[in-house]
Amino acid sequence: MKPIELDKVQEKLESFVGKDVYIHLETTNGAYASHVNEKAYNVGVYIRNANVRFNQAKIVGDGRSYRAGLKMDIGWIYAEGLTDWTIHEGEKLLMAGHDREGRLMVALQISETPFNY
Amino acid sequence: MEKHVVVIYPHPDDESFGAAGTIIQFREQGVPVTYLCGTLGEMGRNMGNPTFANRETLPEIRKKEITEASKVLDMELRLLGYRDKTLEYEDRNEVANHLKEILEEIQPSLVITHYPEHAVHPDHNALGAAAIEAVRLMNPENRPTVWAQAITNTHVEDLGKPEVINDIRENFDRKMDAILCHQSQASGVIRNWNQSDGVADDLKEQAMERLGVEAFYIWKY
Repeated sequence: MKPIELDKVQEKLESFVGKDVYIHLETTNGAYASHVNEKAYNVGVYIRNANVRFNQAKIVGDGRSYRAGLKMDIGWIYAEGLTDWTIHEGEKLLMAGHDREGRLMVALQISETPFNY
Repeated sequence: MEKHVVVIYPHPDDESFGAAGTIIQFREQGVPVTYLCGTLGEMGRNMGNPTFANRETLPEIRKKEITEASKVLDMELRLLGYRDKTLEYEDRNEVANHLKEILEEIQPSLVITHYPEHAVHPDHNALGAAAIEAVRLMNPENRPTVWAQAITNTHVEDLGKPEVINDIRENFDRKMDAILCHQSQASGVIRNWNQSDGVADDLKEQAMERLGVEAFYIWKY
């Protein structure tokens, strides 16, 4: 993946507007968080291949860390802490936030075809 | 001497971090070893350091890594096809019966797995419990011995001292070779142990300190 380029990601996000798309959304601090640090909490959430349609999409950020929000008819999807992006298999938009050790902390991915299960 | 050893863990790299030295010892005695690897670690958060994997490319990368590690450890590899982080939500009996079928085919004399509820990661606990159940479902005359590995910080005070304590430091170079096959994971996992020290330098030294002894409880049915 490479550092997020706001204009390019915004353009790609808009290409999905009004279409039935598949979403992968996750955040994690790892299954060992409280094992290696007893003061830490294990927290994570993960949804894969949720089929949604959004009518607005926007990425916002300060050049290092970004937030992306998708507005649906009756709800919202958003992710915070995104740092990197890539296009996978020609059409899937992958966005992720990595910590300084390169570990994934958050991911938001959008595709017109389902993600591999 | 053992006839055949089957190692059952959920992730590519559990075998190298947890039991590589023991596997090497068995292979040196000429004992066949088969690794039943539950998932491809699809949900791992380590993406290499510097990052070279992403959520979608990680499964294939880890499949290659476990294939390489299996060559270093000279063991047979079978992938069970479950999905990372979901094992505890699968039907326990279904997983146990799946494992039982494979065990009845291989007829091992020893099974190595995680100690349920004392193995930190939910997948470790769930697959360990399914493996122990699989052996319990077997005809008592054909049951292999089960060695269960506990990795919680409190396992000795909770469970007592493990019966099997393997000092594997003599084989540590090869264990480290196996660990380093897991290129996307090794550095992140090892650095994660010492968060307060920031970035520590010598991965091998840190690994030796933590992984120079492989210990197991003998499961009592």
